[in-house]
Amino acid sequence: MTRFAAPFLSIVLLALLLGVWQISVHDTQPAAGMDPEYAKLMGLQATAGKSAIPTPLDVAAKLVQAIRDPFYDHGPNDKGIGIQLAYSLGRVLLGFGLAMIVAVPLGFLIGMSPLMGAALNPFIQVLKPISPLAWMPLALYTIKDSDQSAIFVIFICSVWPMLVNTAFGVSGVRREWLNVARTLEVGPLRRALRVILPAAAPTIFTGMRISIGIAWLVIVAAEMLVGGTGIGYFVWNQWNNLSLADILMGILLIGVVGMALDRALAAAATSVAWRE
Amino acid sequence: MPLICDPFDPSATHSDGCGCAAHGGVSQLQGADRMAQIVNTAVLRAAFPKATSRRRFLKAVGATTAAAALAELFPLASATALAQDAPKGLEKPNLKIGFIPITCASPIIMAQPMGFYAKHGLNVEVIKTAGWAIVRDKALNREYDAAHMLSPMPIAISLGLGSVKQSWQIPAIENINGQAITLAVKHKDRRDPKTWKGMRFGIPFDYSMHNYLLRYYLAEAGLDPDSDVQLRVIPPPEMVANLRADNIDGFLGPDPVNQRAVFDGVGFIHILSRELWDGHPCCSFSSSAEFAQANPNTFLALTQAIIDATGFANKAENRKQIADAIAPTNYLNQPPVVVEQALTGIFADGLGNVVRQPLRAGFDPFPWESFGVWILTQMKRWGQLKGDVDYAQVAKSVMLATDARKQMTALGLAAPAANTKTFVVMGKAFDPATPEAYLASFPIKHV
Repeated sequence: MTRFAAPFLSIVLLALLLGVWQISVHDTQPAAGMDPEYAKLMGLQATAGKSAIPTPLDVAAKLVQAIRDPFYDHGPNDKGIGIQLAYSLGRVLLGFGLAMIVAVPLGFLIGMSPLMGAALNPFIQVLKPISPLAWMPLALYTIKDSDQSAIFVIFICSVWPMLVNTAFGVSGVRREWLNVARTLEVGPLRRALRVILPAAAPTIFTGMRISIGIAWLVIVAAEMLVGGTGIGYFVWNQWNNLSLADILMGILLIGVVGMALDRALAAAATSVAWRE
Repeated sequence: MPLICDPFDPSATHSDGCGCAAHGGVSQLQGADRMAQIVNTAVLRAAFPKATSRRRFLKAVGATTAAAALAELFPLASATALAQDAPKGLEKPNLKIGFIPITCASPIIMAQPMGFYAKHGLNVEVIKTAGWAIVRDKALNREYDAAHMLSPMPIAISLGLGSVKQSWQIPAIENINGQAITLAVKHKDRRDPKTWKGMRFGIPFDYSMHNYLLRYYLAEAGLDPDSDVQLRVIPPPEMVANLRADNIDGFLGPDPVNQRAVFDGVGFIHILSRELWDGHPCCSFSSSAEFAQANPNTFLALTQAIIDATGFANKAENRKQIADAIAPTNYLNQPPVVVEQALTGIFADGLGNVVRQPLRAGFDPFPWESFGVWILTQMKRWGQLKGDVDYAQVAKSVMLATDARKQMTALGLAAPAANTKTFVVMGKAFDPATPEAYLASFPIKHV
């Protein structure tokens, strides 16, 4: 019973949400006495009183349509949803990978040296809360390439949680284990790789999980700003057309992909978890 | 069997085997001879579409006579030269051009689906861009080879206003007129601009005709645009959403944004920009001077393609076809009926009337130097440009009027004889020869 209670409750909540949504989207009365020639030039919202908010069924129809042909390519500004997601994922993984290459070794250094930790801390605290959109103009101006700028922005926003968590995990390794390693005369490299890394791994992975979430948040904002390709551009392009059904579909897909990324790193984290 | 064979060989048939280079297919003839043969073949095949009758004709009269007879009917020599001229020595045939999804950019956009770039030997990708600042940055970074810009932008960039200083040029204006002041429906009884104190308006960019025209209009009504109202920069695609959200009371925006606000029942068209200044420029086709110098032939072909497309766009009978070509997701991403209203000038005004104004939007490529001078006076008027400026010199270096005239004439379009002209903006005459006097005549200004 308890095993199924939570999923059951989730489904009930979803049904309730969709039901309320469906009911609350009202079409108003059609405009009366409108000149037919004039009406022909106007949209359904103005003539038939159609609501600007789509119903769940409208969104579902868009989703089916998008998933049926996800890889079409009708030119540089109109590509299938699969291609757009692939572009976004590619940028996120590249930026995130670069952040990992920098954050993990640097975090190790900071964690192992309290002096470095204290010296770098103010910089980290100032740089950590900066929004990706604030970095973008600077990146565009200096890097002079919009694609690389987007990747840089992902890098700069996703590097901090990993850095902080790695440093925290490394500095939190139990004294006893380090003392044991010392009494056994383990070399510094071996001590880092065989004692500290496994001990800090769960904390490092927690940092990565936070980072990938941030990276995925950032890419949508960055792509809405620079345009071209990606799921963020897709949402922007539909905003341009005021097509809320498409925007909601985009939002849904962003959420699902974000969850998948998070699940993947969670699975990786459990594989390195340990119990005392 | 070579791909391009002797057209006057009566035994020749089409498509025997593979024509690729690997199979020795590509003609052994090179350069001019090869081009002559291609043209001859095309003409001969056009004269005798049926292969059998063509062979019979060639057998009967002989190759030399056939060539002479065809030359009588068709100027073979000059056709050969023209065919060679088009794609000759293009330094960079594959280009990227950035655009903002508005009808001002119609010639730049439609030249892709309607084949104007291809006609001039170019393979162009037109890339949709999210806002003017991004267009500027991508253009300055050379991610774009050329761009759709607001006509004050190349002037601002050339002067180093709001960006690094780079020399940019306007080989052709895109559109004239085609803008409007759109107000939220709730203001439909507030048509007198004198009552607009405290309202918030959207403009697409600081360096835009929209900014200058709205400021001009407000100032004529006695309002100081810097202290009596709020002007917010909003990229055109986001204007309707902001109007609906009651974030702004109105905007002076490009089409199809004005028409889209009407279409969705959010706003109404208060006044068309042509009623402020009939024939005002709006957007331009722009490229850096560096690009033009490094790729002269490509630049020429590109300018020709744009002027060609602009000439086509100006004809009223082509407007519906253009609306259908640029409305899809890949370009404007708007309902075709909205784009059509903006381009044909038969439109709903948002107040229940169908207005017929065929001059709502126009497309005239000629980059009058006087436009540049007027823009400079407004830049000074609103404090964007400080100190002395050589109006005529800056305008001349950005607006490539002389070159445009040459290309327009070559393409069979009527081009004006002079590079400058006088015009009237809201009842006040402007003479490009006396910009300082014009500037001094405004009571409201922030010089």
